[in-house]
Amino acid sequence: MGLFGKLKAALSKTKDGLAKKLGGLFSKDKIGEDFYEELEDILISSDVSVKTAMEIVDEIRETAIKEKCRDKDYVIDLLKKELFETLDYAEPIEFTPPVAIMVVGVNGVGKTTTIGKLANKFIKEGKSVSIAAADTFRAAAVDQLSVWADRAKVRIIKSDEGADASAVVFDAVSSAKAKKTDVLIIDTAGRLHVKANLMEELKKMDRVLKREYPDAKIIKLIVLDATTGQNAYNQVETFNEAVGIDGIILTKLDGTAKGGFIISLSYELEVPVCFVGTGEKIDDIEDFDAKEFIEALF
Amino acid sequence: MGLFSGLSEKLNHIFSKLTKKGRLTELEIKTAMREVRVALLEADVNIGVVKDFVAKVSERAVGQEILKSLSPTEQVIKIVNEELIALMGATNAKLAVSDNLPTVIMMAGLQGAGKTTLVGKLGFMLKKQGKKPLLVACDVYRPAAINQLKVVGEKAGCTVFEKGQGNPVKIAKEGVAYAKSYGFDTVIIDTAGRLQIDDALMRELEEIKAAVNPAEILLVIDAMTGQVAVEVAETFNRRLEISGLVLTKLDGDTRGGATLSAKAITGKPIKFCSVGEKLGDLEPFYPDRMANRILGMGDVLTLIEKAQEAITEEDAKKMEKKIKENSFTLDDYLTQFETMKKMGGIKDVLSMMPNMGLGASKFKIREEDVDEKKMLSMKAVIQSMTKKERQNPNIINSSRKQRIAKGSGTSVQEVNRVLKQFEQTKQLMKQMKNNKAFKF
Repeated sequence: MGLFGKLKAALSKTKDGLAKKLGGLFSKDKIGEDFYEELEDILISSDVSVKTAMEIVDEIRETAIKEKCRDKDYVIDLLKKELFETLDYAEPIEFTPPVAIMVVGVNGVGKTTTIGKLANKFIKEGKSVSIAAADTFRAAAVDQLSVWADRAKVRIIKSDEGADASAVVFDAVSSAKAKKTDVLIIDTAGRLHVKANLMEELKKMDRVLKREYPDAKIIKLIVLDATTGQNAYNQVETFNEAVGIDGIILTKLDGTAKGGFIISLSYELEVPVCFVGTGEKIDDIEDFDAKEFIEALF
Repeated sequence: MGLFSGLSEKLNHIFSKLTKKGRLTELEIKTAMREVRVALLEADVNIGVVKDFVAKVSERAVGQEILKSLSPTEQVIKIVNEELIALMGATNAKLAVSDNLPTVIMMAGLQGAGKTTLVGKLGFMLKKQGKKPLLVACDVYRPAAINQLKVVGEKAGCTVFEKGQGNPVKIAKEGVAYAKSYGFDTVIIDTAGRLQIDDALMRELEEIKAAVNPAEILLVIDAMTGQVAVEVAETFNRRLEISGLVLTKLDGDTRGGATLSAKAITGKPIKFCSVGEKLGDLEPFYPDRMANRILGMGDVLTLIEKAQEAITEEDAKKMEKKIKENSFTLDDYLTQFETMKKMGGIKDVLSMMPNMGLGASKFKIREEDVDEKKMLSMKAVIQSMTKKERQNPNIINSSRKQRIAKGSGTSVQEVNRVLKQFEQTKQLMKQMKNNKAFKF
């Protein structure tokens, strides 16, 4: 299976759904308002925001009218191109060692699992990796991460449940510096972005990280669950305000959820997607590729 | 006005252009419904559900007579709200109890929905009700899920039954047998999160169901779920015939349209909402609050209804005239407070306002802002004024103030405060009069 084969396979259920809907569109021969309305509906049912869906479809409609286009396939291509341009604008993030990756997100999006996969990925690239178990809040979160650390065969720096998360970060950085670790990945407790005190805790961890590890490239990644709806936007916005977000990891793409909100996110907040999670196994993580993502959708 | 937000603002804008006619026309309804559609979609209500809903509401709204006491905006919102609440069903926080104990409650849902945490919360709730629940760990897939349940169970003061990473169907069966022999009256079964399209894992749930015959199968849904909620709920319900829904993570800022999607597709009652990270943060479901949350406003409808009850049309007309003529007096001010009291007191009224009620932590009502005692002293101050003073407060000089303070058992400062507030209210009324969108 090629690099994107798995993503494609994961998205094929999505594809079936969309293709069926689009097939319905293609069968009608005239391009009328219905056609554009249905395009809009398709985007919306993939969790693209109403606003973005309207804007993108309006743009395509205008272009199509200007070019006096009567071919539906051509309009679909226009849509793909437009979506591609929306998603593909940023340089990919380089994980040049030493690097410290802080992984944040709301509860239940799959942070811990994603960290296990990421650690494995970097190990396979020949890098040395350690993990900091700074989710000291959720019951058994550290145990869960330990299992993943074992699977990926990486070192884990941990403390007891209820310990200060920033202290774990401090310990992990000292250890990474001493052992010259290429990649340090920091797990954080899931928190609803509206909880001010928890966001403060995150800021503190960020400060400790910056202060203690000035030589490292610090990257903050937010994990978003593909089954989420429009709230994803608020999540990225709030975490971004608190600690600054460099990239997105989109998880649970192996279901039927489309994760279309990343189109709106890229459109409005300009935060790039770096990885996608496509299953529960340790290898189920892929680099994000806008073209593949869109092609897999249609 | 800051009073209505989101949808009502948009509707106000649409209707502000219209002259008052006897009925809402089809075109007006169509324009309004476009906004309703957008509002629901922005709240993550499934697009199919939105279409059905809008069709239903339009049908009801077309040709409706405009009620004298309501603006067209309020009227449309009233219909939208009523239909939303009807769709979401009544409050139903009761859990079924089996004739043959133990009562078995089984959880199901996607990964990360919050099942394990919820098992702890339910156990804690049942324990408080004097029941003896046993928590059974059947999530044998996720690393440390069993440990998590053990920790949560300990915090909730509940016994946890676990058999490590064995066969979940067998564990469930053994758990129920254990409960029978050791006198537990309720068994709550935690299951692994799974995709609704994972046939093998869905079959496993069917087997657990067949093995333990649960009185309740609760589908746990993350309130932040998007369009896929319909598909998830439909599949779980088709395969398991669920008995109810539980919403989690409602303490965030999501509108929670997934609630409506899941409810509409399954027709099953929403039994509980999880609203925080503490064990006690489990609440019954309130359809009216949820409707308002989805529409992005407070309990405007209840407010409208209460206003309708408390203010007779005649009163309203009188008040409107007074505002128009700017002849609002302290007597009217007092009447207004009496009305407010009839509507359930200032606290109730405030909590029904948009952005002040549920979920909006940013706009918490401060206790001191709604001091009902202060309201009482205000009443005393006004009642200690002479009729002439109440008609024309400008004549109230310092000796009059002292007399009023004495008569009302308050202080001169208090009298000043009441007078100042009255002036502010008058100013506000003037602004309201100038705002065409706001029909008093």
